[in-house]
Amino acid sequence: MDALRVEGLYKRYGATTAVNGVDLVVPEGEIFGILGPNGSGKTTTVECAYGLRAADAGRIRVFGADPQSDPDRVGRLVGTQLQDSALPDRITVGEAVHLFAAVAGGPVDEARVLVKWGLTGKRRAKFGSLSGGQRQRLFVALALLGRPRLVFLDEMTTGLDPGARREVWRLVEEIRREGTTVVLVTHFMDEAERLCDRVAVIVNGRVRAVGTPAGLVGQYGGGLRVRFTAPLDLDRAKLAVLPGATSVDRHGEVCEVRGHGALVTALGHQLTIDGHGDVELHVHPASLEDAYVAIVGAATEVR
Amino acid sequence: MMRAVRALSWIELKLFLREPVTVVFTLALPPLVLYVLAQVFGNTPNPAVYGGAGPVNYYVPAYIGLVAASLGLIGLPVHLAAYRERGVLRRFQAAHVSVPALLASQLFVLFAGVVAGSVILVALARVSYAVAWPVSWLGVAFSLMLGILTFAATGFLLGVALPTTRAAQGIGMLLWFLMMMVSGAGPPPEVLSATLRAVATATPLKHVIIALQDPWLGRGVNWTETLIMTGVLLVASALAVPALRRRT
Ligand SMILES: Nc1ncnc2c1ncn2[C@@H]1O[C@H](COP(=O)(O)OP(=O)(O)OP(=O)(O)O)[C@@H](O)[C@H]1O
Ligand SMILES: [Mg+2]
Repeated sequence: MDALRVEGLYKRYGATTAVNGVDLVVPEGEIFGILGPNGSGKTTTVECAYGLRAADAGRIRVFGADPQSDPDRVGRLVGTQLQDSALPDRITVGEAVHLFAAVAGGPVDEARVLVKWGLTGKRRAKFGSLSGGQRQRLFVALALLGRPRLVFLDEMTTGLDPGARREVWRLVEEIRREGTTVVLVTHFMDEAERLCDRVAVIVNGRVRAVGTPAGLVGQYGGGLRVRFTAPLDLDRAKLAVLPGATSVDRHGEVCEVRGHGALVTALGHQLTIDGHGDVELHVHPASLEDAYVAIVGAATEVR
Repeated sequence: MMRAVRALSWIELKLFLREPVTVVFTLALPPLVLYVLAQVFGNTPNPAVYGGAGPVNYYVPAYIGLVAASLGLIGLPVHLAAYRERGVLRRFQAAHVSVPALLASQLFVLFAGVVAGSVILVALARVSYAVAWPVSWLGVAFSLMLGILTFAATGFLLGVALPTTRAAQGIGMLLWFLMMMVSGAGPPPEVLSATLRAVATATPLKHVIIALQDPWLGRGVNWTETLIMTGVLLVASALAVPALRRRT
């Protein structure tokens, strides 16, 4: 069964259309990423998906249940870490874990949760005194207390230092191994590339592309970029017709050739023939970021 | 559900004790003002004021009502407004903390606060001014229960109606002072102008105070005031609870 199905989701706030016909299918066991510019409707989409907001139109099913008509069932299946919300300043970390464990029901080893999320030393600290990253870790820990089968993590690593980010990634992979489906909203391409089985790019309330990170890179990434310091007598026209080349640009000293397949070999060969065999080639394979920028660019041009 | 209510109530009680403003207004200020008034008026009955009751005997039940007003007009609205403003309510809702659990925990804190405040008041008045014990304990307990519920409902209504924590603080304190001065917890009602007495009749505190004083001073349960409190309770709840359900 699919962990999450969203069909034709539509939501507006006054004059702003936040979500404009989003469809998503997330099979059980997947880590599914949602990418998109600020204000594109990611948070609104996930808030509708777990029932915190009512959609204006569309159909949402969480393991077959409708979050609006069956909130208790969805509540037991889902865990959430909200993008913007807080806890009372004067609640301690230990109290927060105790409270949310009681709300989630079922047995929770509170001491173990604190150890797992590196919060043992902060058990008696007030929420208001925590750093941004510590708060974030606490929120993710609280989202997972009830052993949900589907968890929504909305910008969970914003504000974390690089070490803590990697630690949270490891924990997300671990909960997936335990069978939890994860929907992850993020602005970090490395995070999406590393964690997600599939990602959707939402722009202006619409899904513009869905696929595996590698698939999207292949389709929208624009191939390889090869950069080198251009010799003075470089013949750009010659390079443009090389097998696999799609474009040749020059930014001051640096020449950038884009393309795929046999491009690197052909380029090296040509430069050697032309007597530039000592030029150092820097090869950058396309990344998810290239694909993302291309998808968002194309979507915003249409408007 | 019971486990959630228990955990939430206990944590809310601790949060209440960690909030200095509320603690001052509930546990410290009423005994302080009572002490000043008792110093001024003593406890010797004067037929011209307080309906002939001894001033301290008159003020103690009034201040018990004032403690409930502190929590209902300041403590609870500020707490709820802050919860909404900071997204705590959203987080609770996302975690499926039910509205009844939220109501129950706040009511628990209100009861605990009023009981603690009343005990401090009565102990002080008993030791220093030999305040008379209530003539009808049962009548006082009944009025107190109803008074707490009335101010709880008022507090929930203010908490959902006022847009920000600052607004809740400002308006809450304003209402608190106004009600205190006109409702019989300040100057004796006999010396107030007709306008001020009319204003007092329009505020819940006056009715709660009379409902507490009458059984305390041996005038029996005041059914008119009981009816008025019940009315305020029902209207405020009817307005507040639906708003609380749409709380995001
Ligand atoms: N409660 C609200 N009231 C009015 N407008 C809102 C509300 N929440 C969101 N919006 C608007 O809806 C649009 C989508 O917002 P949303 O929070 O879903 O974006 P997002 O993709 O999560 O952005 P970000 O990456 O910045 O978190 C934005 O234009 C935003 O201003
Ligand atoms: Mg967002």
